[in-house]
Amino acid sequence: MATMTYREAIGRALADEMRADPGVVFFGEDVAAAGGVFKLTPGLQEEFGPARVRDTPISEQAIVGTALGAAITGLRPVAELMFADFIPVAMDQIINQVAKYRYMSNGQFTVPLTIRAPQGAGAGFGTQHSACAESWLMQHPGLLVVTPATPADMYGLLRGAIREDNPVVVLEHKMLFTMSGEVPDDQGPMELGRAVIRRPGKDVTVVATQVMMHRALEAAEILAREGISAEVIDLRSIVPLDRTTILESLARTNRIVTVEEAVETASWGSEIASLAATEGVYDLAAPVGRVNMGRNLIPYSPPLEDAVIPTVERIVEGIRGTARA
Amino acid sequence: MAKAAKTEGSRTEERGNRLSLLESMILIRETETRMQELFLQNLVRGTTHLCIGQEACPTGVAAAMTEGDTLTCTYRGHGYALAMGMSVSDLVGEMMGKVSGCCGGMGGSMHMTDASIGLLGANAIVGAQIPIALGAALTARINGTGGVSFTVMGDGATNIGAFHESMNMASAWKLPVVFLCENNLYGEYSAIDRTTGVTDLAVRADAYGMPGRIVDGQDVEAVQEAVMEAADHARRGGGPSFLELKTYRYSGHSRTDQGPYRPEGELEKWQERDPIETLAERMIEAGEITREDMGTMETRAAGAVRSAVEGAKEAPFPPLESVATHIYNRRDSRGEEVQ
Repeated sequence: MATMTYREAIGRALADEMRADPGVVFFGEDVAAAGGVFKLTPGLQEEFGPARVRDTPISEQAIVGTALGAAITGLRPVAELMFADFIPVAMDQIINQVAKYRYMSNGQFTVPLTIRAPQGAGAGFGTQHSACAESWLMQHPGLLVVTPATPADMYGLLRGAIREDNPVVVLEHKMLFTMSGEVPDDQGPMELGRAVIRRPGKDVTVVATQVMMHRALEAAEILAREGISAEVIDLRSIVPLDRTTILESLARTNRIVTVEEAVETASWGSEIASLAATEGVYDLAAPVGRVNMGRNLIPYSPPLEDAVIPTVERIVEGIRGTARA
Repeated sequence: MAKAAKTEGSRTEERGNRLSLLESMILIRETETRMQELFLQNLVRGTTHLCIGQEACPTGVAAAMTEGDTLTCTYRGHGYALAMGMSVSDLVGEMMGKVSGCCGGMGGSMHMTDASIGLLGANAIVGAQIPIALGAALTARINGTGGVSFTVMGDGATNIGAFHESMNMASAWKLPVVFLCENNLYGEYSAIDRTTGVTDLAVRADAYGMPGRIVDGQDVEAVQEAVMEAADHARRGGGPSFLELKTYRYSGHSRTDQGPYRPEGELEKWQERDPIETLAERMIEAGEITREDMGTMETRAAGAVRSAVEGAKEAPFPPLESVATHIYNRRDSRGEEVQ
């Protein structure tokens, strides 16, 4: 067992993959010489050299396009976008190119690329540097999307994403960078698409990711004292979505709440509500509960930002509401 | 070292010599002309972008490529596919959405792709093919293959963001890329002087710190020579360069376009310097071929295209299950492809 931060897990996962496979290359803005604006990737250029670890210009379309071209010609590239908010800058390459390239070519190409991007609100970066991007990306076939919440999962899922012979977007929550946790010494690449029950319970299923998952655990602790037993599921992967774990849990608890750092419309929480209302409908004893950011953008002013992102208090209210409905 | 071309009626072994340059252009023209007809017969759905009049560009470029090189291009990519060695059958099959197509009917006219000949893909999004070529160059650099990455674009594409990002990054990283711009004077329906701040696009190379050169795109030997020079420069570690091939398309931008925006007489003026006729006259004058030989080549090409079209008509559509294949490269525990 090693103890490391979520931030350290990112750098270590990359380094371990680059050691194991000379085909893994890594590039992005300020990732090499400076080790990343969030200091996520220090020492990589020193160890692996300037051919394999590169600083790019501020050119998101070129960054993603280059990753695609390298992936279809035999490398295993990892491209960093400095903030998930810059995904829209490269959307043509991500949606029209990366996601579709294998399909359009009738399988002539495999696209083993990884895009990593720090995301999330709470750091006061304002609305253009605070997005959570998983819901934007989940709809489009051809991409895989993961949202690790712990150092162990950050390490395992990043390695798993790099090993994956498909395009994977790894979204790293910036408010979790300093979180410390244990990573098993033999932790290798983790399989994508498996959710995990962080806290078993019997009264209500709570599905969450990243910061919201940690707050949901706090909320579950508070609710336990009221006699409400909440089962907290850490989704971990948005695509593939672990429908089995979710539906199996719903079958036992008969109530489900999603807790998201997302706008309510067409988000992964909407997708789970849809799943519950279709394949899980006969297990529902109450309407699906949803805790999210409504139709808000992220304001700058600290107390306002904090209020828009679901607080533990709001999450407690949301879960309680569904548990008692 | 010239790449061996697939034989299909009118092709020969070594691509680099004049005869094969001529045959390649004749085949492209014949194929493109028949594609026009297939549309009118409703055998092809959607749209297509023909390169009639521009044949010297793909032919000259392909003749300058060697084994291990790669190319991305625009949706006006049929000429590149054929010149690089795709069979007419594979091309026509793809146009008609048949399982015999180069992409099994899944891509269509704008996505001609054949990894085995280094054609990494024609692209329906203007300019998107350009950064992808940087990736191929990066792979060649990292693997030390000496391969050169070619990317073909139109004049219009030199105004899109991805072009500028790619020119700069290729230059900053000194990647072995050859940027090839087919300037046919029109970005879709709009004349270049209305949409672009410069007239000669080669000047843009200076802004990115790489050599730029204007080439007569209607002279296949000039194209071949210029591209070879740029490729050598890249192969020797000299980094990228930008070639502006001045050319002209005889058909409209795409299927339904009759080209009403062209000034009177412009088309006729360009047709006086037809790329096929230019090389043919040069070869006839040198005693290498006769006018009769030309006729024979044209007849052979027509026959090859006709039989490819007949074959494509006979070929089946892909089975309905194909809809869900190759979205991901994943299988579940039962070995079924995951959607």
